[in-house]
Amino acid sequence: MPFKLVLEKRVKDVPPWYPFATSIGSVVIAFIISGLILKLIGGQPLEVARYFFTAAFGSWAAFSDTLVKATPLILVGLACTVAFKMKLWNIGAEGQFYMGAFFASLVVLLPILPPDSPKIVVIGAMMVMGMIGGAIWGFIPGYLKARFSINEIISTLMLNYVAILWNNFWIFNTWSDAGFQMTPTFPKSAWLTRVTDYARPYKAFMQNTDSGLTRFLESIGLERISGMTLHLGVVFGLIAVVIVWWLLERSRWGYEVALIGDNPHAARYAGLNIARNIILVMMVSGALAGLAGMSEVTGVVHRLQERISPGYGFTGIIIAWLAKLNPFAVVPVAILFGGLILAGREIQPSGLAMMLQGFILFMIISSDVLLRYKIRFSK
Amino acid sequence: MTNAVEMQNVTVRFPGVLANDQVNLTLKQGEIHALLGENGAGKSTLMNVLAGLYKQSSGTLKVHGQPVSFNSPKDAIAQGIGMIHQHFMLVPTQTVTENILLGLDDPGFALNLPRYDQKVLDLQAQFGLHVDPAAKIWQLSVGEQQRVEILKVLYRGADILIMDEPTAVLAPQEIDELMNTMRSMVALGKSIIFISHKLHEVTAVADKVTVLRKGVVTAEGISAKGLTPAKLAQLMVGREVVFSVKKKAQEPGDVVLSVNDIHAENNKGVPALRGLSLDVRSGEILGIAGVTGNGQSELAEVITGLRSCTGRVIINDEEIANRPPIRAIESGVGHIPEDRSKVGTAPNLSITRNTIMKSYRHEPIGNGWTINFVKARQEARQLKDKYAILAPSVKTPARNLSGGNLQKVILAREISTRPKLLVAMQPTRGLDVGAIEAVQTLLLEQREAGAAILLISEELEELLSLSDRIAVISHGKIMGVMPVEEADVNKIGLMMVGSETVNN
Ligand SMILES: Nc1ncnc2c1ncn2[C@@H]1O[C@H](COP(=O)(O)OP(=O)(O)OP(=O)(O)O)[C@@H](O)[C@H]1O
Ligand SMILES: [Mg+2]
Repeated sequence: MPFKLVLEKRVKDVPPWYPFATSIGSVVIAFIISGLILKLIGGQPLEVARYFFTAAFGSWAAFSDTLVKATPLILVGLACTVAFKMKLWNIGAEGQFYMGAFFASLVVLLPILPPDSPKIVVIGAMMVMGMIGGAIWGFIPGYLKARFSINEIISTLMLNYVAILWNNFWIFNTWSDAGFQMTPTFPKSAWLTRVTDYARPYKAFMQNTDSGLTRFLESIGLERISGMTLHLGVVFGLIAVVIVWWLLERSRWGYEVALIGDNPHAARYAGLNIARNIILVMMVSGALAGLAGMSEVTGVVHRLQERISPGYGFTGIIIAWLAKLNPFAVVPVAILFGGLILAGREIQPSGLAMMLQGFILFMIISSDVLLRYKIRFSK
Repeated sequence: MTNAVEMQNVTVRFPGVLANDQVNLTLKQGEIHALLGENGAGKSTLMNVLAGLYKQSSGTLKVHGQPVSFNSPKDAIAQGIGMIHQHFMLVPTQTVTENILLGLDDPGFALNLPRYDQKVLDLQAQFGLHVDPAAKIWQLSVGEQQRVEILKVLYRGADILIMDEPTAVLAPQEIDELMNTMRSMVALGKSIIFISHKLHEVTAVADKVTVLRKGVVTAEGISAKGLTPAKLAQLMVGREVVFSVKKKAQEPGDVVLSVNDIHAENNKGVPALRGLSLDVRSGEILGIAGVTGNGQSELAEVITGLRSCTGRVIINDEEIANRPPIRAIESGVGHIPEDRSKVGTAPNLSITRNTIMKSYRHEPIGNGWTINFVKARQEARQLKDKYAILAPSVKTPARNLSGGNLQKVILAREISTRPKLLVAMQPTRGLDVGAIEAVQTLLLEQREAGAAILLISEELEELLSLSDRIAVISHGKIMGVMPVEEADVNKIGLMMVGSETVNN
């Protein structure tokens, strides 16, 4: 070979924008590779790309659907971010998501609250229960690690299956709706408010305003909000972003998490209680994933059923990584993946979105090499 | 004589720092060349360039007269250049021979260890570097581990050796042995560049001296003959350095630390402290003298709550033994740990975040749930100025600091909290002469302010000039305690090997 690829260890720190650039680069390269593969098997990559884009971001209605998918992704992305900051490899967000959904549903199914309770009380109770459910599912591996040094990767992975089967048991057995693998639909008081719920008051409002505004809204395609499924969960997600950012970057606890993550020996020397923080971080992480489960049950499916997650918990790992553990960056990344999941459902071959996700993960992991090494060509 | 190495106009730039500015250095075949300079002067950086770890921004390297360009340490070793780093890079669970062979192509898939053990033994005999080839690394003392590092580069055929502060971690006797090894290596045609802050070592062993100040060469390859430590210090710092600090006479106060009959094991599960007792009073410095590995590390860890033990450790009437480390911290114990990078700092956190490691729980840094980072940065800037920590800003991550500056971050943090008891383990290790003077003055200030200080050091001179009393530790026990006025090197030396006991 005339040229040789040389990996040179970086001595100087990369500039602050560099990690984000590699993230974006990874996504772009993953798209290109997927396109090439599509071409190889005789597809039309540009057509597909256009379809992808229209299906996910082409109209306000499509974008609303994308945001619906992005909502749980924001929350699980944050869940992973919190754990990864302390170098705790929680890959159990999926299970914590299911437990959150299950515990939230208990409010209606047991029921914990009488069916005619006001909406705000029901939703509030479901949020708390969802977070408790996820937190319990985080506590178990956290405790096992803190107390017996049991590897959290294995335990969180295994607990995913337990959670899914646990859910199935109750859906198939106790709360099955006429033999289907789902519970009966929840009362409206357990539904998160959706944009479409405002359609009627909005129409009444529009009739009374001057036509200029009406025309403007029509021109950007926002005049028909009925049917938009975007729900309040997205607000939970955005509030959670700010809270998690504050916790990690400004609070005492966030400082402890960063210190333990960077050097546990120094943390012990500085008087930190590492065992307690392991449990706490796993519980916070679990609670965020649990809230995602609650939001999905109350905002989208309105009942507990099988397969409420197409692997959100696992996608959360990729999202946290792509966002470089920055809570704000989680939002755009989650929206991108929300679009992928949405568009991927309608496209043939159906594995395309999954393949793309796989490539993105692969690229992002490989691109970390760029953060530590310079690549040069030499003779 | 030919030139083994010529570095010409080497410049290395880091963001915000010009670490080496047009540096020239010539190493002759068969010479020991000392590289001196203040903390952060750029010594390690320059040597990392020569060892192929860093790439210079500009400038040329020649080895044996041939221009070379290194992209990795492999390239450097191919030219016969090997570096012995201050932090050893050995695999603790493997044997000496296994570590020496690590990464080489020669023993292929099947490993015939005994054959290679013999090769290692031959090499040892040649240079007088003795270590059991079949011993596991974790069983070895620091000095022996260093010998393994040296054997490792010799085995790879290095004839130019770079040693970055090799003596910082060694006991005085080990230092003598190392110097003998260095002399026998140059006698066999090797050439050595050697970094040290201990100027008497330089005058004892070096042929030539190059001095760096703030990245610039201030003395290039001058002959070491006739140089005195005082003259060297002046070349380095640019002013005269007072080698003895003034200690005021003062009466010690109440007992702050009382250690009673403690027993503890070391990391290998072997008893390291065996019935040790001592007291330290407020306004007093108790120096602990002893050969490394006689329980000093374990003693410091027991007092700061990092190691479990039997017996009693009482600080200001509070029982500390076997309580979590936070108890000791909250009762006013400062701790300068032995290992600055593994224990004392968090590499990827900023200087600011490293300086608040102990103070973030309380006002004015900690405030309920939050940390006041504005305030934290302010205080970090003050500490940076006061302790002359060399870094572009307080946002610089700790890993980018030079060895001595990292040590200063720890000192700044631990001393600035005005501890009631300060456990100082090798506090001046890796510091330049100017910084040593400053830190010793600060320790004495703490003493005058009424702190009790337990000073654990290898440096007998340092102990004698700072301490009020000196205790000698051997095999996990205090062999005797004496007022510093009655202490002399011979007496301490005898007690160190455990042959004489003086009662307090
Ligand atoms: N990887 C790096 N990134 C940024 N700055 C660096 C890096 N390595 C070293 N520096 C800076 O370069 C300067 C020289 O550092 P160097 O480690 O060479 O000093 P030194 O002479 O070995 O000091 P010491 O005696 O304290 O070990 C210092 O200001 C240091 O902060
Ligand atoms: Mg150095």
